[in-house]
Amino acid sequence: MERQDYERLRWRCIRRALLELDITLTRFLDDGFDQLTEEEQAAFVDLVALEDHDLWYLISGKEECNEDEARFVPVVEKLRKCSVRLAG
Amino acid sequence: MSIPVLKFDAVIVGAGGAGLRSAIQLSEAGLKTAVLSKVFPTRSHTVAAQGGVAASLGNSEEDHWHWHMYDTVKGSDWLGDQDAIEFMVRKANECVVELEHYGMPFDRTDDGKIYQRPFGGHMSNFGEKPVRRSCAAADRTGHAMLHAMYQRNVKANTQFFVEWMALDLIRDAEGHVVGVTAMEMETGQVVIFHTRATIFATGGAGRIYYSSTNAFINTGDGLGMAARAGIPLEDMEFWQFHPTGVAGAGVLITEGVRGEGGILRNANKERFMERYAPNAKDLASRDVVSRAMTTEINEGRGCGVNKDYVLLDITHLDPNTIMKRLPGIREIGLQFAGVDCIKEPLPVVPTCHYQMGGIPTHYSGRVVTPQNGDYNAVVPGFYAAGECACASVHGANRLGTNSLLDLLVFGKSAGDSAVEDLKAGKAHRELPKDAAEQSLARISAIDNRKGGANVHETRLAMQRTMQNHAGVFRFGDMLKSGVEKILEVEKAARELEIKDKSMAWNTARTEALEMENLIEVAKATMLSAEARKESRGAHVRDDAPDTPEFPNGRNDAEWLKHTLFNPVDNSITYKPVNMQPLTVEPIALKTRSY
Repeated sequence: MERQDYERLRWRCIRRALLELDITLTRFLDDGFDQLTEEEQAAFVDLVALEDHDLWYLISGKEECNEDEARFVPVVEKLRKCSVRLAG
Repeated sequence: MSIPVLKFDAVIVGAGGAGLRSAIQLSEAGLKTAVLSKVFPTRSHTVAAQGGVAASLGNSEEDHWHWHMYDTVKGSDWLGDQDAIEFMVRKANECVVELEHYGMPFDRTDDGKIYQRPFGGHMSNFGEKPVRRSCAAADRTGHAMLHAMYQRNVKANTQFFVEWMALDLIRDAEGHVVGVTAMEMETGQVVIFHTRATIFATGGAGRIYYSSTNAFINTGDGLGMAARAGIPLEDMEFWQFHPTGVAGAGVLITEGVRGEGGILRNANKERFMERYAPNAKDLASRDVVSRAMTTEINEGRGCGVNKDYVLLDITHLDPNTIMKRLPGIREIGLQFAGVDCIKEPLPVVPTCHYQMGGIPTHYSGRVVTPQNGDYNAVVPGFYAAGECACASVHGANRLGTNSLLDLLVFGKSAGDSAVEDLKAGKAHRELPKDAAEQSLARISAIDNRKGGANVHETRLAMQRTMQNHAGVFRFGDMLKSGVEKILEVEKAARELEIKDKSMAWNTARTEALEMENLIEVAKATMLSAEARKESRGAHVRDDAPDTPEFPNGRNDAEWLKHTLFNPVDNSITYKPVNMQPLTVEPIALKTRSY
């Protein structure tokens, strides 16, 4: 990813409406994002464009991706694992 | 260097609830209106507000604005201005109904009225019994509110500048505000917004504390800009705290955890609440628990490397009970503390939530400042609303659900006042020759400095200083040493260095600029808190205890007054509280007890 695209993405991850997302997404950018495939990185960019509550419910496992959000599934799984792995 | 100038009738800085509400008034009046926001409007922190908005609609049972007024004055521990409070509570119904007409999907009763929930501190008949006054949209009240108002703004042709950061207020030689400078993040370009009205709606600055429920965006940009422009900040010692946020993260742990049997322990594993509240123990009231936690930490019995948190232990509870009765707690522990609360206790600390003070305003939304003996001289061209402003309706402590009401009422009021002033026909005043100089110099210094302070480390030093020295429970000696420490941190914050020198999307530069705003708020808070030698509302001092002479430590004879912190020379003056409502008798002083 080009520097400018990454920095734009970073801003959109570290300045959210919800604190939970600020923390989770900042952590994922530091430890997880680099390991995504190009396709997954593109999905991540679209994923973080979701409304804050919708995104947080997906990451915290309160909700699952819809059928039309199938490409988000691997990224959401990694976001969930990233949280738990770092926690352990 | 030639700086582009964009001319608008009005610029609004911040696109949360207060900013969007004021923009509606201006745009619908046909004025050319710009809204600047660091993020897309519906990603503002207003989204996080869940509790609802207070209005005495009386849909569920009898209610009256006068009772709401009483609750607000009492909540404020009598530091709120009673004219502003009457103004707010009487406007509440109108503002909520307007919002409904904008498309806000409020929860409804079976007969189609706006459903109202009970909320702590909402009482009928002047404190007699609880009343249902809070209007909500499921658990997404703030979110739904922002969407409704954003769409209304789009319809009214408000021009949004998204991912722009305002940098400095522009004042001319006579003190009139004639616009702001701002930076487009995508290009790094600095632009002057030359206006006839400038409205700040930049939200709070909860990130001055190490433990805060506030999203990272709450960096007090409006307060920093006002301070740099020589405008004093009012009542900055008053911050609302929750007793149990996850240490280091700030994410709230519901008080229900203690209700289910959670025990607070110090570094010695001691159940310390037994010493502070032998009967209620861990179920003592929020302020008692917060004070006990702070005392344990201050006396060296905190946990961790820095001994700066205590433990909330539920390992003795049946895991099934935890999963069933406290849904989400295990996930919060895992995600934000790295702890499985079924096996290990959770690190917790009293956590900052809401800023009561701010830029001093009249209830019309006009910014006021002392001048020639007048405490409330209007700063022409300048308005503020929402958490960044101090009208003052929250006084020393905010009543629950009054924050969303504040941003609706005073957002609208600031917009209306700007419209009124602009319709009076004032033309754009001339821009000062050096209008952008201060901003350009700040950016240039950050970009070019070598051997300066690291932004992250400086922010952390500020946050730890604020948390340890001016937290939920305050000690005279700690406040005194806190003043020295925060002034040291200020020196570092004025000498920031960044490694990335790029123009486009330089988030390091943006964070450095935010830090320059945060430190203004932190300094104002620490110095104002040290100076106020009583306990009142959320400002509770160990050396101003509850006595028969001074119930709750409150000393009205000496301290029934607003603090004004002057950022130019770090001096403090005071101004009287307005005890005279608009139409009713004053709510007389009495001891605040629930």
